[in-house]
Amino acid sequence: MILRRTCKQVAALLIAREDRKLPVADRIALRLHLAACQACPIFERQILTVRNAMRQWRNYVEN
Amino acid sequence: MSIENQLAEHRSYLLRFARLQLRNDAWAEDAVSETLLAALSSSQSFANRSQLKTWLVGILKHKVVDALRQRSREMSYDGDAADGSEELDTLVFGQGDHFASLPADWGNPEQDLSSRQFFQVLEACAEKLPAAMGRVFLMREWLELSSEEICKELKLTSTNLYVQLHRARLRLRECLELNWFGDTRTTAST
Repeated sequence: MILRRTCKQVAALLIAREDRKLPVADRIALRLHLAACQACPIFERQILTVRNAMRQWRNYVEN
Repeated sequence: MSIENQLAEHRSYLLRFARLQLRNDAWAEDAVSETLLAALSSSQSFANRSQLKTWLVGILKHKVVDALRQRSREMSYDGDAADGSEELDTLVFGQGDHFASLPADWGNPEQDLSSRQFFQVLEACAEKLPAAMGRVFLMREWLELSSEEICKELKLTSTNLYVQLHRARLRLRECLELNWFGDTRTTAST
């Protein structure tokens, strides 16, 4: 199926999302997978935590 | 205090970031010297120490981008294909397409993330990245350049850049898990 992604593909997309805008098909596939998977949402939270950490670090080093 | 003394106070701070970003001591020294020179020749004055620091960091970022652009030919990306990044993939994924085991729950670490100790771990993790990887990662995260801008400055293809960034992010995630989030409970429940 065109919107089916493996966990490995999803993890790669979650990382790629930090640096580029994903094509719309990937964004939809990502949502669908995340809604149905147990492991990938945990990985997503880790990536978002790192994103947040980098933002806090930027604020910290500039003040 | 004279402006010279004030600037001298910030020198080591600036040097730390120049080194982290440029991964070359001589380039970093040059960028910081140019920053201080530019500051000296400006007649701007500052109400307080932190204002001066913010201004200096702003100048430094420009000098660092100049250095990255000028030195881009000297930066090597060779040999990165077999640098162990693939092992990280297998660590996360085992042999198949699924997670080898459930990723660790890092909890809700909002407060931890603004502590000085955490930032030290974060910087140490960034420092451990191989030079080429560390540079592009910090161009994204410290200089806040877009991927397109990085490709242009370093004359990199986007494919090459994304490979570097992908590996850098995986490694950083791994390093933070080992050195910071590791002691939080690994729970299977969601």
